[in-house]
Amino acid sequence: MIKKLVNPLDLSIQEYQHLFETGKTIYESPQNFTQLANSKILATLFYEPSTRTRMSFESAMFRLGGKVLSMADTSSSSVAKGESLADTIKTISNYVDIIVIRHPKDGSAEVAVKYSSVPVINAGDGAHHHPTQTLTDLFTLYMYRGKVSNNSFGFCGDLKYGRTVHSLITTLARYPEVNYYLISPEELQLPQHIKNSVLEVNPKATFNETSQMEEVLPNLDVLYMTRIQRERFFNEDDYLRLKDTFILDKNKVNMMKKDALIMHPLPRVSEITYEVDDDPRAIYFEQAKLGMYIRMALISLMLGLNTNR
Amino acid sequence: MSDSELKVEKITRGIVIDHIKVGNGLKIFNKLNLGELGKAIALLINVPSSKMGRKDIIKISDVLDLDLAMLVLIDPDITLDYIDEGKVIKKIKLELPNTVRGLLKCRNARCITSAESYLESIFYLVDSSSRTYCCHYCDEFLKV
Repeated sequence: MIKKLVNPLDLSIQEYQHLFETGKTIYESPQNFTQLANSKILATLFYEPSTRTRMSFESAMFRLGGKVLSMADTSSSSVAKGESLADTIKTISNYVDIIVIRHPKDGSAEVAVKYSSVPVINAGDGAHHHPTQTLTDLFTLYMYRGKVSNNSFGFCGDLKYGRTVHSLITTLARYPEVNYYLISPEELQLPQHIKNSVLEVNPKATFNETSQMEEVLPNLDVLYMTRIQRERFFNEDDYLRLKDTFILDKNKVNMMKKDALIMHPLPRVSEITYEVDDDPRAIYFEQAKLGMYIRMALISLMLGLNTNR
Repeated sequence: MSDSELKVEKITRGIVIDHIKVGNGLKIFNKLNLGELGKAIALLINVPSSKMGRKDIIKISDVLDLDLAMLVLIDPDITLDYIDEGKVIKKIKLELPNTVRGLLKCRNARCITSAESYLESIFYLVDSSSRTYCCHYCDEFLKV
């Protein structure tokens, strides 16, 4: 049984494949899984704001027949009294069967794992990792393409601080024939250590970097748009200067392949215009939906539940 | 007084921490809390060296079981001579440890160790040639 998911690389390719197949089964016949987690309790500990990730986990647990205890506002909890993360986790893990945690500090999920007596899922630790977003992204590819390998990926936006991008790029390195197109302003380029991590796993990986998205759009099988995140900047002026650098509109989408996919971890701010939503290549809302089904598969796996039914 | 006039007796039993970069001798003395050890200790500063030009040396008598592995984090070039009955019984060139607990501090302001003070820092060696470690919690690199 998997006891933790902190880093997307905590799961092997085989475990990803197993989760994709389970997620697909649940997606196709959710009625067969409505009692699977009966009597189990999941805790969502969110130390910073989240809408979709928390609700996606909570909906996933409810759809498995389980129950949810939620700490969505730290200002009205023991955290406001100065309780340490270790003490909170030690206490909460007495009450529940599995913990989902989001925290603003890098490495916080690893601390939660250390002090928890039940499985822990990292729902985002600062600018560090967001493994269930990666799981969602890969599952979306699996559902649309049947495979993850043999694709040219364009990553656009904040490639410096964007944890979803870092997690996805490093995980994709384990799949063959993946090409990376990195589209960002110079100040928000992908850090060298992420490239090094990729090259360690896949020495043949190539990175094509540009600040002009039009140059590479025709080459892409998948365009992964991201928002420039205000909360990751120490300096508000830098955020305001960079936030509208890339905007994907209908004209740009027309430059893309007919069967390309446009993904986004959401929430969107201004980087994709609303007119793009109607294009069949824009799959970001379906991606968010698939995220719930793959989280159902993950929760089942980490609780040791039998999904072969 | 010239350098040649300053003589310190050889020790017959103990440890000589040699080839210390000038300026690090006092740092190591304080880090190891040698003043509290209750043994005869010589701290030689800025002595002539054929290899280094100048160097610091620390001689600790009557002790052979001090854990000095982490000194390499302060000074990569130091050597340890273990002496018994007037002879060098072991000569060690220290190597960077694979794991360092509690001694290094993560420089990432967003790292959880900056917020939860009870956490012991843990660093893993990722590249010995560039003396680079990686934080267990946040993966931030740190050169020592």
